[in-house]
Amino acid sequence: MKGATAKIFKYTLYDLARSRWVLGYAVLIALMVGGLLLFGNDPTQAVVSVLNLVILVVPLVSLLLGLMYHYANRDFALLVLTQPVPRASVFFGQLLGLGVALVGAFLLGAGAPFLVYSLIGQVDWATLLVVLAVGVAITLVFLSLALWLGVREEERVRALGVAIGVWFLLTFVYDGLLLFFIILAQAYPIDPWVIGISMLNPVDLGRVLVLLHLDTAALMGYTGALFKHFLGTALGTALAALALLVWILWPAFFARRRFEKKDF
Amino acid sequence: MVHVEALTKRFGPLEVLKGVSAEFPAGAVTAVVGPNASGKTTLMKSILGLVLPDSGRVEVLGEPAINNPRVREHIGYMPQDPRFPENVTGREVLAWIEELRGRPKARLEELVKRFGLAEHLDRPTRFLSGGTRQKLSAVLAFLFDPAVLILDEPTAGLDPLASSRFKDLVKAERDRGKTVILTSHVMSELEELAERIVFLLEGRVVFSGAVEALREATGETRLERAVARMMEAV
Repeated sequence: MKGATAKIFKYTLYDLARSRWVLGYAVLIALMVGGLLLFGNDPTQAVVSVLNLVILVVPLVSLLLGLMYHYANRDFALLVLTQPVPRASVFFGQLLGLGVALVGAFLLGAGAPFLVYSLIGQVDWATLLVVLAVGVAITLVFLSLALWLGVREEERVRALGVAIGVWFLLTFVYDGLLLFFIILAQAYPIDPWVIGISMLNPVDLGRVLVLLHLDTAALMGYTGALFKHFLGTALGTALAALALLVWILWPAFFARRRFEKKDF
Repeated sequence: MVHVEALTKRFGPLEVLKGVSAEFPAGAVTAVVGPNASGKTTLMKSILGLVLPDSGRVEVLGEPAINNPRVREHIGYMPQDPRFPENVTGREVLAWIEELRGRPKARLEELVKRFGLAEHLDRPTRFLSGGTRQKLSAVLAFLFDPAVLILDEPTAGLDPLASSRFKDLVKAERDRGKTVILTSHVMSELEELAERIVFLLEGRVVFSGAVEALREATGETRLERAVARMMEAV
């Protein structure tokens, strides 16, 4: 990391570590996970419930907090951009600072209840680790999307609207449409297509990654079963992880390009 | 010294700068004047590198400034409405900018005293009033003793005492050979500070030269009248 990038990363993280929003996010996740652990009875079941949380709440919060930070700090970004610092350093410093803050809040919120619970009950650590890794990846994907949106859109309200739309599309509508497609085309050999289509959605990729590591077939879901059937656990995992990485990188790439050419 | 030549800038269908050329000499306060939306802020932001012009040249102390972050070592800037990270204190912001610049904040004591900022430096900036943020912004702009000062409505939020101290500071810096570029809607302030005027109208320079010359050209002794006449004439 270049000097200026590291410094801006440090300032962003320092600011966010004191943010009530980031702290609130960690507490919210901890309360939800704690609740699932207390009122559930099967440790694997609890981890799978956390997965659903990861898939619904983490994308939304990452989008909203990423955008809120972007707009709240526009003026400070302006101040930093008038210092002898390259634009790319400002962009990457903020991206990394936000990434570490949100990932840290998520890991703390989702991990701490399990640590406490392990004193009184059994924890399925292997599955939990995969769920946490997926949560980290999903956080970064949606943060990357948030920054791209923020850099492109001057109007805060419109950006928040689009973000909620994107979240709704990827978490609810996409699966509905996919299911519809599967039912329509059930007479045809569409399974490889379904794999391809679910790779286009980072939320599905996260779900598939976790389900590949569960032995409970009933919990696996259609796309998870397909991945396992066609690709096997190892190749399926590698492919899904790679696709998630691409999902982190491409919005960040376009956001950075826009940031370099933008008028402030 | 700052020199801009044939700057053009378009925001969508709107042509904001239509070939602006101007000279901002060292040891003088040059005011950029014009009605709202005449391109003042865009011109200043082009010098700062915040706005990237479509064509034309910007030179700061003889060095090309477009896409060249290094020249900003020589520039101090006060934006219209300064804001800082909410959860951080003024002292921390000052330390960060010092670290980013890689130069010691030579004039901290003197500037903090001048603006009576000492008691506000250890509170998170979200608790600071608009005027106090403006003072912090002033300290930041002058802190590293830059050769060029770009001041966008610098006294807008300041109380009379801070405002007059600020103006004394600007005059002292000018006398030390600094290049000062200033916008303000307060004509008495321009009258007091500016020796030179760059008059912008719809993205073009319609007058550039000494304040005296503007007075002569318009036949008005008061700067406000002279500027008003200039706006009417076109």
